[in-house]
Amino acid sequence: MTEDTHNDISRRAFLKSLGAGVAAATVPLVAGCDQTESEASTEPAVGKMTYRKNPKTGEMVSLLGYGMMRLPTKDSNASAREDGDAEIDQDMVNRQVDYAIEHGVNYFDTSPAYCKGRSEHCTGIALSRHKREEFFIATKLSNFSPDTWSHEAGVEMFQNSLRELQVDYIDYMLLHGIGMGDDGMATYRSRYVDNGILDYLLEQREKGTIRNLGFSYHGDIAVFDYLLSKHDQYHWDFVQIELNYLDWQHAKEINERNTNAEYLYGELVKRNIPAVIMEPLLGGRLSNLPDPLVKRLKSRDNEHSVASWAFRYAGTFPNVLTVLSGMTFMEHLKDNLCTYCPLVPLSDEEMHFLEGIATDLVSYDTIPCNDCKYCMPCPYGIDIPAIFVHFNKCLSEGNVSQNYGSDEYRRQRRAFLVGYDRSVPRLRQADHCIGCGHCEPHCPQRIRIPQELFRISQYVEDIKQHKH
Amino acid sequence: MVMVLITLLLLDFSGTLHHYLGWLSEIQLIPALLSLNLVIVAALVILTLVFGRIYCSVICPLGIMQDLFSWVAGKRKKNRFTYSPERRVLRLILLGAFIGALAAGIHLVVALLAPYSSYGRIVTNLFQPLYIWGNNVLAKIAEHYESYAFYSVDVWMKSIITFVVASLTFIILGVLAWRNGRTYCNTICPVGTVLGYLAKFSLLKVNIDENRCTSCGLCARNCKASCIDSKNHKVDYSRCVTCGNCISRCNTGALKYGISRKKSEDKASPTTEPDTVRRAVMIGGAIAVADAALAQVNKKVDGGLAKIKDKVAPERKTPLTPPGSKSARNMANLCTACQLCVAQCPNGVLRPSNNPSTLMQPVMSYERGYCRPECNRCSQICPTDAIRRIKHSEKSSIQIGHAVWIKKNCLPVVFGTSCGNCARHCPSGAIQMVPLDETDDNSPFVPAVNTEKCIGCGACEYVCPSRPFSAIYVEGHEQHKTI
Repeated sequence: MTEDTHNDISRRAFLKSLGAGVAAATVPLVAGCDQTESEASTEPAVGKMTYRKNPKTGEMVSLLGYGMMRLPTKDSNASAREDGDAEIDQDMVNRQVDYAIEHGVNYFDTSPAYCKGRSEHCTGIALSRHKREEFFIATKLSNFSPDTWSHEAGVEMFQNSLRELQVDYIDYMLLHGIGMGDDGMATYRSRYVDNGILDYLLEQREKGTIRNLGFSYHGDIAVFDYLLSKHDQYHWDFVQIELNYLDWQHAKEINERNTNAEYLYGELVKRNIPAVIMEPLLGGRLSNLPDPLVKRLKSRDNEHSVASWAFRYAGTFPNVLTVLSGMTFMEHLKDNLCTYCPLVPLSDEEMHFLEGIATDLVSYDTIPCNDCKYCMPCPYGIDIPAIFVHFNKCLSEGNVSQNYGSDEYRRQRRAFLVGYDRSVPRLRQADHCIGCGHCEPHCPQRIRIPQELFRISQYVEDIKQHKH
Repeated sequence: MVMVLITLLLLDFSGTLHHYLGWLSEIQLIPALLSLNLVIVAALVILTLVFGRIYCSVICPLGIMQDLFSWVAGKRKKNRFTYSPERRVLRLILLGAFIGALAAGIHLVVALLAPYSSYGRIVTNLFQPLYIWGNNVLAKIAEHYESYAFYSVDVWMKSIITFVVASLTFIILGVLAWRNGRTYCNTICPVGTVLGYLAKFSLLKVNIDENRCTSCGLCARNCKASCIDSKNHKVDYSRCVTCGNCISRCNTGALKYGISRKKSEDKASPTTEPDTVRRAVMIGGAIAVADAALAQVNKKVDGGLAKIKDKVAPERKTPLTPPGSKSARNMANLCTACQLCVAQCPNGVLRPSNNPSTLMQPVMSYERGYCRPECNRCSQICPTDAIRRIKHSEKSSIQIGHAVWIKKNCLPVVFGTSCGNCARHCPSGAIQMVPLDETDDNSPFVPAVNTEKCIGCGACEYVCPSRPFSAIYVEGHEQHKTI
């Protein structure tokens, strides 16, 4: 009997100490989110979202915009972007959209091209479950293929977007990827001017089927400058540009064919055109930084994610209407909501600190691929983005080396080659690229894809031949 | 033990084990004979003259495999064997056929009868796939934990004929062993026959002490070689594999393994415990072993992967044999079709031939990879001299064939695209790109092969984008050359 009592007490005491331990362990996890909120919650706050005003309509747009380009898939830990054949997990899309709207997100960005053409449909299903005035829809006229350059095909693409999205008007309509193509200007004319599609879209804006008209820009700066010079005629309501702490001053340095975000943003401010920001995280490259840089960011602030720096950076610019993020997983969504509910703008000193990170990042010489898959499918079956992603991963993990003979080299070689075969099936690897160049005009980062693939293929050949 | 290690050697695909275990395949009698490894042949002859056919119990993996079957069957039914007289005529005919085939170069007979080859085919065709699948599961787990300890390997049907032969051998041997123990070894196996007649004169033998023997027949019923005639107190030494089962089963201690009775019958030899004797046999064997061991679609949406058609092997007028094999004839004469090289080839190049005259011997083809410059594994592991040892530096100058361009498949000719992938990947710089039409400035460029520099490695054929038939392929040479 006494023994029983004794046991009871000790068990109770044990549970108590266990509880205290759990509580102690929980605190730092919680603190990562929103320290001003109660310690018990790991959730972002409701009703704290930062909004920006659209100067034309006066509507308030959430600083976090949901990019519907990397939707979650069933039975796969990859997004619909990485695993093109996987079925999109509509239940998860619905849940995440509900959660985002509940936390104040009201801007959803899609395109007829995303997720192998399934994004608009899934976005339509998720949003149709909400009141039309609760969200703004952005979609694009993605007529990249020459056989969609006719007037009829363009109109059909727009009408189809309305059908797929289950709406009768589009809040934000974009000319998609202006400046891309072998000859940016000629491609722009063929896609939107010669066939009268731009006039058609302007008409739709008059009729109210399109509430705001703008364009997204990648590539040839001449087209960007040209379209802005026509602002008096077209009255762009917004422009979507790539902006992040790497591209602000280093875009041109990384690829001489690109333009720094500082210039693009400056031109929009001059004309008081709101900027919608894409690639704030460079397709995840700014959250998956090389270890030494992660260490520097974490030493400064160990309680917020690496990604949160990039989102605060993009949000700090006052002329930014919304910052798009392709959030595949609930964790991405929550982390971003924590950053923007509300936004704590970066101080000048913090901006300067990030500039230092950017300068160091450039020295890693990674290939500026954001895994957007615009280049795909390659007619010869090469998995271009997977090759670049693997190469970049090995670069930032320090596994790209030609320091033959060292023990370290043997480990690096194995990690590179075994990882390469895992990430990319042999027949889709760089050595099968014939350099046809079909991919190159599609790359929004204007990477010289075949040359980079040849370079990687040569590197692989070198380390394969040097076993030690 | 030997069997386990040889099996591991045959299962291994990573190329690490042959450094440690490669000698095991070289101490097999037929490979040693074919590579004229006289030291090993002599050692095996002496081993047999001293200990009897211990080779068949300890060194031959096929023999040990049969014992496994037999052992399992023995668990179900005890004392199941009976004495049967020797089928001498059949044995001699088969041995004669084997030697005749060896001399005449009818390699198929050799490959079918040689025990080590049969075992190699069984392991590589039936068990290596299971082993690799197991490995691939580990690789998946390793991938999950970001470890590079395991990597996954393709399993593919290299030759249906060889697979069927291996399966049939396995089933037939399994049934024979299950029912009657060492039937194959004592009637069919040419190595068994040769060693058997040597063993008749061996120093150490199993002897029956007629004074002690009660003719109970227990020894005969436990003899997997069916070689003990207990009524007449005789052992057929040409079939006895000195396994020692009879000694341990004998209740009266009438059986002893020792120096031949004729000399020792008068001496009062101390009775050793059967088990110790057997252990001594095994240890003796082990020492002897140790001594011997020295397409474009219009892009509308983002993402997706174009389907890749499987390549189809071209019909090569002269089959390709690996660098080091010297010539097609050398390969045909010396290869016992044990499949070790096929199982080990890391580039998916080697596979068993389906051609009747070289059936099951290795041939090369480049649909899954090519003969990479840094690899010389097949030459390192070949237990016979069918593939002679070569160094990496030698390999780059051995010409095993030459590339042939097929105009009608070549992409620049058909679509006008620029390509040049073959030239970019040629390790010997034997391909240059030349205009299809010299007079046209806009002419597409097509590959021109300098056959003097081409070594036939197949890099061009493998990376050629034309599918299913490459626009450049390698035609074999009967006689390899050094360039």
